[in-house]
Amino acid sequence: MAIRTEELLLNVGPQHPSTHGVFRVIVKIDGEQIVEAIPVTGYLHRGTEKLAENLNYTQIIPYTDRMDYLSAMMNNYVLCHAVETMLGIEVPERAEYLRVIVMELQRIASHQVWWGTYLLDIGATTPFIYAFRDREIIIDLFNELCGARLTYNYMRVGGVKWDAPPGWIDKVREFIPYMRKQLKMYDDLVTGNEIFLNRVRGIGKYDAETAIAYGLSGANLRCTGVKWDLRKDQPYSIYDRFDFDVAVATEGDCWARYQVRMEEMRQSLRILEQAVEQFPSGGETMGKVPRVIRPPEGETFVRIESPRGELGCYIVSKGKAEPYRLKFRRPSFVNLQILPKLLVGESVTNLITILGAIDIVLGEVDC
Amino acid sequence: MSELLLEPFGWKNFWIFLLSAVILLLLVLGFVTYAILFERKVLGWAQMRHGPVRTGPWGLLQTVADVLKLLMKEDVIPRKADRVLFILAPAIAFVPSFAVLATIPYTETIRFADLNVGLLYYVALSGITTIGILLGGWASNNKYALMGGLRSAAQMISYEIPLVISVVGVILLSGSLNMYQIVQGQAGYFWNWNIFPQIIGFGVFLIAAVAELNRTPFDLPEAESELVAGYHVEYSGFRFAFFMLAEYVYVYAIAALTTVLYLGGWHAPFPFLDFIPGIIWFLLKFSFVVFFLFWLRATLPRIRIDQLMSMAWKYLLPIALINVFLTAVVLEFYR
Amino acid sequence: MSQEQDRKSVEQNQAAQEPSDSPEVERKEQEAGTAEAAGMAANADAGVEAGPVEGIRQDPVQAGNQPAGADQGQTDVQPSNGQPEAAKPSGDSNADAKPAEAQPAAAADADKEAKRKAAEEARAARAAARAARAAGGEAGKADAAAEGAEAKPKEPSPNQPKLDRLVEILTEALGQDAIEKAWINELGKDMPMVEIKADRWLECAGLLRDHPELKLTYLSNVAGVDMETHMEVVYHLISLETKVMYGFKVKTDRDNPSVPSVTPIWAGANWQEREIYDLLGIDFPGHPDLRRIMLPDDWVGHPLRKDYVPIDPEV
Repeated sequence: MAIRTEELLLNVGPQHPSTHGVFRVIVKIDGEQIVEAIPVTGYLHRGTEKLAENLNYTQIIPYTDRMDYLSAMMNNYVLCHAVETMLGIEVPERAEYLRVIVMELQRIASHQVWWGTYLLDIGATTPFIYAFRDREIIIDLFNELCGARLTYNYMRVGGVKWDAPPGWIDKVREFIPYMRKQLKMYDDLVTGNEIFLNRVRGIGKYDAETAIAYGLSGANLRCTGVKWDLRKDQPYSIYDRFDFDVAVATEGDCWARYQVRMEEMRQSLRILEQAVEQFPSGGETMGKVPRVIRPPEGETFVRIESPRGELGCYIVSKGKAEPYRLKFRRPSFVNLQILPKLLVGESVTNLITILGAIDIVLGEVDC
Repeated sequence: MSELLLEPFGWKNFWIFLLSAVILLLLVLGFVTYAILFERKVLGWAQMRHGPVRTGPWGLLQTVADVLKLLMKEDVIPRKADRVLFILAPAIAFVPSFAVLATIPYTETIRFADLNVGLLYYVALSGITTIGILLGGWASNNKYALMGGLRSAAQMISYEIPLVISVVGVILLSGSLNMYQIVQGQAGYFWNWNIFPQIIGFGVFLIAAVAELNRTPFDLPEAESELVAGYHVEYSGFRFAFFMLAEYVYVYAIAALTTVLYLGGWHAPFPFLDFIPGIIWFLLKFSFVVFFLFWLRATLPRIRIDQLMSMAWKYLLPIALINVFLTAVVLEFYR
Repeated sequence: MSQEQDRKSVEQNQAAQEPSDSPEVERKEQEAGTAEAAGMAANADAGVEAGPVEGIRQDPVQAGNQPAGADQGQTDVQPSNGQPEAAKPSGDSNADAKPAEAQPAAAADADKEAKRKAAEEARAARAAARAARAAGGEAGKADAAAEGAEAKPKEPSPNQPKLDRLVEILTEALGQDAIEKAWINELGKDMPMVEIKADRWLECAGLLRDHPELKLTYLSNVAGVDMETHMEVVYHLISLETKVMYGFKVKTDRDNPSVPSVTPIWAGANWQEREIYDLLGIDFPGHPDLRRIMLPDDWVGHPLRKDYVPIDPEV
């Protein structure tokens, strides 16, 4: 008598501790092996793009905060950068430096959340606390700067809203060696751990052609050996003034992505050091911006390097104060497309590992 | 008490043993209460925070508060769940955990059951808990619970074998399955303890013991982040408390077993410390083992199910067998 | 928005623009400085040179003197929307670099006066330039014809040779009729843009990816836009080796919008096209799995369309 087996249809999410938000994956499993995985998104769709058609550009900035809420400064920046590109506004030096400092701090904070939650998914509860404790310092800095911990509404078209309070730059300067030490501790705790390495090595592997075909970006692209970082290859803001390396790994698996993001944190610290050193002692925080921001009729597409990948903003303007069409090219949305492909043949346990390594934020996936 | 065991069975014996069993039960419950608190404290300290501090001074009443909360919760049984099995599963999981405590000797005089097959009794009974967990996973009518239950069953069965084989070395050394005899065989000071000649067996035993307990790094069956709490996902209120109680009583049992088998039971490590009563030594060694289990939980991530199984069958089992072989060879040449 | 806005939008679609009635002019601080696409550098110069020293941006060619949604009712002194108007100290000739957080009330009237004068001057300049303006206004076409006296003559963009080469390659492979239009998008960092006919798009896409000179293997963005007369899908492609980004547009009509899917060519277009289908209703024949992604599967309608009315008004 033959054994009759059935495929099990398992719903991972939308309420699940490890899907990093409201995200659902319908997996068909045969025992412990995934036969097919169908991601279902849209649980956090709030219609930002449609809402933006009735708001002027400054009013859209708080909405951008809530897209990728773990790196809100980047979202602010991409919108402001797009409008500034269309209007040809020159941003003053001090504002540019503040922007870069804030964005790199944000990159570190976002990667800390990623690190903590990734290890929490893998089963270690302690790194999460360490990561959040260190992130608390960055959040406090942001709180001092712009009054908010998560959704900053800090950048404006033409500059930034608030100037750095006295002593703030010194606090950033003190943070850098502290964080270096902490990164070393993170490595000691986790990176050499055998159990961890066994969990992430060789999992979720793909090669560079697949990554490019799927339009992956950020650590997901650089883990395959493609050295592509928008801060270096198509520099925006004042990134061409800083000396830093692009983190690249070659294996293309979860371990490579882990390494790339840890290295990105270190490089961000380097940029921060230089930015704090070069910080202008005085200057404007806003450039010459018209009273009513009305980009001329036309369109533009700009991209920046957010912690999750290539964040883009496409604006079609009809010369009014509101955009005619505003679209965000969200890295998490595009990066998530490779998930079904990576999951076929994997065990259910690895689903969480792979999903964590892609590093998505649902606010961005659903916009 | 050991004399009482040798006397013929009468009312006096009965009441004394009943009373001592009740006292032990209360002590174990007290242990569970404060072990849970202590675990949360140790985890907190490892993560640079305080752990529970608000309920009672120093958080001492935390578990009491938790248990009260669990008792007051609504008893939810999923509609399509198998009612009888659903209710039975926690009991099946929990009863053996108390039953195995009977054979553990605490000091020369404080002993309960003096079975000649004490160690075998322990191992046999602890296997019944696996049935309870499997039943809980099945009866919940929930795919996650089922997967958790199956994983747990696979894990516990797989790790029982290295567990037992690793203690065969101890049995060979002591020549008996009687726990009292095993401790007596380690009489003397720390160089007589079984941990040194049986260091390989100790390593295997420790790993297998952590796996038997379903604790991190082997806590796949209750992996919060993957299976959303695995086999006890549908249990709430007091039934969930039963599962937790079973786990912590097993922590007690394994720690006591480790102390008895490898760390010399109630014997002092150094001659000049002989004046300290045996029970204190037992408690100290026992506490150290418990702390070590909590420490592991704070530090290590989880092992994946297939790596777990391969580790049990491909690594621990051969190593335990080699340990037995070596022990036998050495004993043959030195006795 | 307000009726004035509608009126203004109608006017804006024409070549000329009329400033609104004077109360609005007085109310507003200055005209909206809509930078024209005469090259950003030229525009900035024009904005600074023309007009008063206060830094009021003026566009000699195309002024959008429309009521700003955010500005209604605000006087000069108060920054609206919390923006520190650092660049617009109204009327103060010496306050060029100061953020306008606190302006003495006494100066407010003087400011208003100065502004009105400046507005009238600007109006005059606009009226003069209006005659010289060429008709623009096609969606997506960002460059305008030669401006009036104050702007510099338009320099060819550095990306023009790239655009020419692209057009060459495409015409060679696909024929003369595949390309509708080719231009440089000055507003978007001088991106070369080409508009391709919908029925030739799939061929063209394959060529773009495989051609040894172009090697546009990385599809960065697929966006759908609902222009009221038609719909278009915009693709932004980049080659990781040459680091050149191109934009491609495919237009389709509104009643039965359909653009061939490029998912077989760039796998990353999969979900982006699904999103466009979901929100705009553009069909992508050739897509392996075209179904809704953001909205529930039983949703009726396509919300991002301009004429979208929710079936259930309570949603």
